[in-house]
Amino acid sequence: MTVARVLPAMLVGLILMFLALPIVVVMVVSFSSATYLTFPPPAFGLRWYSVYFASDDWLRSTWLSLWVAASVVVLATLLGTLAAVGIARLPKALRVLASALILSPLIVPVIVVAIGIYYAFARYGLVGTPAGLIFAHTCLAVPFVVTSVNASLAGIDPRLGQAALSLGATPIGTFFQITLPLIRPGVLVGALFAFITSFDELVVALFISGSGAVTLPRRMWDDLLYQIEPTIAAVSTLTIVLTVVLMGCAHLLGKRAAA
Amino acid sequence: MSEGVEIRFEGLAATRQSGVRLPWRLSWRPVMPLLLAAPLLLFMLVFYALPVLSMLMRSVNDPNWTLLHYASLTGDTVFLKVFSNTLYTSLTVTAAALLLGYPVALSLVRAPRYAPVILFLVLLPFWTSVLVRSYAWMVLLGRHGLINEALLAAGVIDQPLRILNTPLATQIAMVHILLPYMVLPIANALRQIDPSLARAASGLGATPWATFRQITLPLSMPGVAAGVLLVFVLALGFYITPAMVGGTREITLSMLIAQQVDQLNWAYAATLSVLLLATALAIIAAFYRLPGVGHTLRTSAR
Repeated sequence: MTVARVLPAMLVGLILMFLALPIVVVMVVSFSSATYLTFPPPAFGLRWYSVYFASDDWLRSTWLSLWVAASVVVLATLLGTLAAVGIARLPKALRVLASALILSPLIVPVIVVAIGIYYAFARYGLVGTPAGLIFAHTCLAVPFVVTSVNASLAGIDPRLGQAALSLGATPIGTFFQITLPLIRPGVLVGALFAFITSFDELVVALFISGSGAVTLPRRMWDDLLYQIEPTIAAVSTLTIVLTVVLMGCAHLLGKRAAA
Repeated sequence: MSEGVEIRFEGLAATRQSGVRLPWRLSWRPVMPLLLAAPLLLFMLVFYALPVLSMLMRSVNDPNWTLLHYASLTGDTVFLKVFSNTLYTSLTVTAAALLLGYPVALSLVRAPRYAPVILFLVLLPFWTSVLVRSYAWMVLLGRHGLINEALLAAGVIDQPLRILNTPLATQIAMVHILLPYMVLPIANALRQIDPSLARAASGLGATPWATFRQITLPLSMPGVAAGVLLVFVLALGFYITPAMVGGTREITLSMLIAQQVDQLNWAYAATLSVLLLATALAIIAAFYRLPGVGHTLRTSAR
């Protein structure tokens, strides 16, 4: 009987180790003092973090990624929230078509999206510009905003809006005073997802960032092709911490939205 | 009522003066949802849908209208090898993710005391970027990586194994990246099973194994199907991970498409893209016909 209980627990423990190990290893390597990649590190230090913080290239890419992601948050959240509210009230045929367009980036393989965007953006002169990255990343981020706002909208009572309208509120007033406060957790979760989508995105960036707008993932990729020094481990650790903090916020907000 | 009559007789100017805005609001009602959705729909059309469609069109209109690009694929050994390799990798990764994911999902639902820890360990890689996780596997599987050093130290091997830059490395890293997509829908389906069913089964004398096999497993199948669908479709389009850890010998369809774009073979890249997309859509369409899958996908997306 005890074997029957202990064995499955051990199995699950091993699988969970498989999940956590790579991330733990990257974090440990980032504190290595060695000049080359080795595990376990001979000694620990902050050497690779100081390399990162002293490098203009790394910092420039970091700022670009943060700046692009922040712009994507503004654009995707604004367009996505308005559209989600509108689409919920469209006639069914239109609603299906509009949702198909908006959600399709989740289904279309990212390489197809990337080369399609590259194909057109090269002609508009958007390759190698932050604007090109912002437009492309917004398309990839929007499905997350719309689904998360949609989930919030589904949870609110439509009679609240109708009541406000019948009491003389304008549609715009009703949106800002009734609907928006009710769906705020969904909007915030969508905004966080939009940020992560843009901040982590690599495949589209490989094609359209050119040499003029090298994002952080793109610089990590370029660096990996030539050397596997632990600077990337330090950068990875910093991005893991940032993403985990943001997604932790999204998880808590999501719980509050569901409650 | 009298206000409505007034409006009809005195026109818009009077309406504005008296502050009665009901007709204005009524006439805008059907248009407003469309106005709200229009900016996003236009944006997506200009920056995403039309670019992707016009690129895909090159598979049939480059240089003139023709289906030759598709016809030539049947004799294209490079394409056939890459396509079958991509399908095979997706299949093995999906099977491995199912084998590893089901027990984790089960323990997530069955062991409430450890559920927060398990959920954290499942979500931690889920939230970490694919690039970082692929890099982590480069560190682990390399010639002097953790796995080789550990096996050498334990005396299991006396020469470092070549794992990095092989298909096995791609499969290990892809299973790691896609495992959460398997665990979450299955856990979601398991959570919705009425616990009194299992109690009834054991009350009627069924062993735990029989209860699992005859009650829990069949009822969790919509979750399994949803997880298999997600993992398989995502695996089909993988690019970053195989390029980083898989080496250049066994490439995926995504890598072949990228290569063709680098060589400016747009017609060929577009034809491959249409096939990749069509394969994904066909699998999704087939799975959506299975009972319960659509619902499970929608509820586990949250």
